Amino acid sequence: MSYVLNTSEDQRAMLAAIGVSSIEELFHKIPPSLRLNRPLQVPPALSEMELTAHLHQLARRNRPAGEAVCFLGGGAYDHFIPAVVDVIAGRSEFYTAYTPYQAEASQGSLQVFFEFQTLICQLTDLDVANASLYEGGSAVAESVLMARSIQPQRRKVLVAASVHPEYRQTLATYTANLDLHIQTLPTPNGFLDPDDLKKAIDDQTLCVVAQHPNFFGCLEEPEALADVAHQTGALFIVSFDPISLGLLKRPGQYRADIAVAEGQCLGNPMSYGGPYLGLLACREEYVRKMPGRLVGQTVDRRGRRCWVLTLQTREQHIRREKATSNICTNQGLMALKATVYLAALGPQGLKETADLCMRKAHYAAARLTQLAGVQLRFNRPFFKEFTLQIEGSVPALLAGLLEKGYHAGLHLGRWYPELQNCFSMAVTEKRTRAEIDGFVSALADQRDGACNGVPTPQVRSEPVEQTIHG
Amino acid sequence: MDKTQATELLFELSRPGRRTHRLPDCDVPTEGSLPASALAEGPPPLPEVGEIDLVRHFINLSTRNMSIDTNFYPLGSCTMKYNPKRHERLAAHPSMTDLHPLQSDESCQGLLAILWEMQELLAEIAGLDGVSLQPAAGAQGELTALLMAAAYFRHKGERRSRVLIPDSAHGTNPASAALAGFDTVSVKSNSRGLVDLDDLRSKLDERTAVFMITNPNTLGLFDDQIATITELLHHKGALVYLDGANMNAILGITRPGDFGADMMHYNVHKTFTGPHGAGGPGAGPIAVRKQLVPFLPTPLVARSGERFYLDYDRPQSIGRVRSFFGNVGILLRGWLYIRTLGPRGLREVSENAVLNANYLLSRLKGVYEVPHGERCMHEFVASAWTLKRERKISAMDIGKRLLDFGFHAPTVYFPLVVKEALMIEPTETESKETLDAFADALLQISREDADFLHEAPHELALSRPDEVKAAKETVLRWQAPSTP
Repeated sequence: MSYVLNTSEDQRAMLAAIGVSSIEELFHKIPPSLRLNRPLQVPPALSEMELTAHLHQLARRNRPAGEAVCFLGGGAYDHFIPAVVDVIAGRSEFYTAYTPYQAEASQGSLQVFFEFQTLICQLTDLDVANASLYEGGSAVAESVLMARSIQPQRRKVLVAASVHPEYRQTLATYTANLDLHIQTLPTPNGFLDPDDLKKAIDDQTLCVVAQHPNFFGCLEEPEALADVAHQTGALFIVSFDPISLGLLKRPGQYRADIAVAEGQCLGNPMSYGGPYLGLLACREEYVRKMPGRLVGQTVDRRGRRCWVLTLQTREQHIRREKATSNICTNQGLMALKATVYLAALGPQGLKETADLCMRKAHYAAARLTQLAGVQLRFNRPFFKEFTLQIEGSVPALLAGLLEKGYHAGLHLGRWYPELQNCFSMAVTEKRTRAEIDGFVSALADQRDGACNGVPTPQVRSEPVEQTIHG
Repeated sequence: MDKTQATELLFELSRPGRRTHRLPDCDVPTEGSLPASALAEGPPPLPEVGEIDLVRHFINLSTRNMSIDTNFYPLGSCTMKYNPKRHERLAAHPSMTDLHPLQSDESCQGLLAILWEMQELLAEIAGLDGVSLQPAAGAQGELTALLMAAAYFRHKGERRSRVLIPDSAHGTNPASAALAGFDTVSVKSNSRGLVDLDDLRSKLDERTAVFMITNPNTLGLFDDQIATITELLHHKGALVYLDGANMNAILGITRPGDFGADMMHYNVHKTFTGPHGAGGPGAGPIAVRKQLVPFLPTPLVARSGERFYLDYDRPQSIGRVRSFFGNVGILLRGWLYIRTLGPRGLREVSENAVLNANYLLSRLKGVYEVPHGERCMHEFVASAWTLKRERKISAMDIGKRLLDFGFHAPTVYFPLVVKEALMIEPTETESKETLDAFADALLQISREDADFLHEAPHELALSRPDEVKAAKETVLRWQAPSTP
């Protein structure tokens, strides 16, 4: 089953028109010695019914968020997705089109991307946004590369340790062969202290990268960080949580120069990590240094308002090795979903979503820290995610809670050796009081039972520094 | 139907007090609190739109697109083949979509089994040894492989600073090489449209880390010198990278590893028909030869008996090029496709992709020049150069006029080595009748009046947007009209 329509009669007619006697002859340029002289060793073809049965069988071996209550965060969140998002993104005129190179045949997508860019500007209070990047981690890397092209004479990049460890690993990998010095600033109190930044920054510093709210869930002090950065002429880059902007100050309001984000939370399922949506917005003056596609407004030859891909001279298909980025395919369908999601929520819906997340997270934290031996690790304000410290083995506790039906949290010791006894939890608007209360009881039972019968899982260790320049 | 009413922007539809999504009341007693200094005065000024208006807006917008499901879309180099509907249904299974990327391996064994098998399948189709599913798109696959090449040579104690790239290559190749820290050196094409071996030899030395080749190349030609090329590179200790954008031509017929490539990327959204999503998402897994496997990004899916797990214990890995595992939703569709086709189906894909392209070529060659020969692989590059010279009809004019016939335009003005290029890739999923109708349209267009063509398209709601104005005046967002 290869979705091929050609019958053997079609094939004969086509071969005759071409003037060859067999399909084989069309491959004559491939030397026989390089041919594969056996069938590919892939499993035999499955019909749609067989494939469906096989997939369903495999699906039963997964435990999705619907089957275990999900308190996992760390950049991917179990937010609610309104039906309109999926129905609109399921229009095949959107999902079976490609990059809108032919504007007349792509006004649907182009207008959506123009609306997306506008929504991201409204969300961030910044001047311009691109039509998307891959996801949150490479968006951080792209923002640093962008800062480098804005200030090519500077070399030092300061990154808070409270930035998502996988974003920092991505940045380290992207810049491994470039003349940049990446320095990680410790955040022992759960945030980057502006005084610590002041000590580390100098006139060689290209940019400062922080995440707000950060990987531990804590709020940073973005205004103070921006001020310190700007005093030495460094750019301030922030990685933000789009949902948090229903309540929190927006990147433009605290004077971020470039704001990036993981946009999964805007109407995209968790999908085990992808496809997601990288957001990037910045001040107007940096627009020509931006990576990725941009859609601009114009008029056609009859004066009608329309949209086209624009400022393409930044891009790889024109500039080749001098392009601002190598990005080509981006995340158009995810950008469409985010556009529908933000339009479906509107200002009030975004605010209420953020408020529900915040209140439920604070409720969960308050209930959990009433348990003996459970405390908040950091004495900092948090939004929808927080870090708990317990006595005893975190991996064993998390494994036990999974047995009880909870994806309970992320073991932070995996990335931060000093946080072996800590895990982070995220509480979205989807979590109910009953789920939270049930979780509190399960955690209490689990600790009292001292993990009876649950084998201690292998502890995964992935400190970021080890993977840099490996 | 082309719906002009959809041209209003969301922001123009906005009326205070309207909304689509409503949330439940808060069911916890806690107020929660955040410091006043962290709070905005109000939420962002997003549009306020009711549900039916929202739905009509986007559904009407969708009708202003051409797409594979509505039109023949022979966009060269993009492999716009049919996107099977079963993939959409199965990939949307909640037990696949509602998995958190950091949940425990034990709680997603079904998905890990699929991803592990996908690694194995892609290694087999490539004829290579190890696969990473992490890169989000082809260009990120290129970057990943080049970063691995740098790590590999550093590990061997060799300093190699150059990447050689044919002048017919995709723009992502030099852009990725520069980002990976290499100097790029362009290698000329010869009169046959293939790598100029003399030029390659003159530029190849101990500074060369990687030669990036697209084979079949962007002219749709299989470079039959490939064995010589890879031997030359390997003799100098360099690596050969295959840009796998054109894998649709060679599935089950020849394998990159068998013709000497050491590393390659796939474009799952092209070859294995993940939908293109109006510009993405893609997925750009890479396959590499044994000596490069230790440098692959982390994690890989590993298997121990019947248990699958993410392997992070890979000390020589370059690290990661993105957060989380990869574009799983697209990889899943690619896996569904390979499992639907089986070995014979995969080979049929390439046989019919090549047959369809050659058939179209044979129908057009008397009228449009095809500078690089009588035969092609899965695509070919025609040239409107004679029409341009004699009648001032450009490749752009032809592409725009094709829209009136209900066909998406081919890729125009690429590759750069052909003047007035029209790069045509029909794919295997089109019928002879569709190809004939498309050929008839192109033949008719070649006879049409030049002035008429300069103003095409005529039948669509829009014609010839002013791109210069867009770039000069750069309106990149809607702005609220200022109130007097």
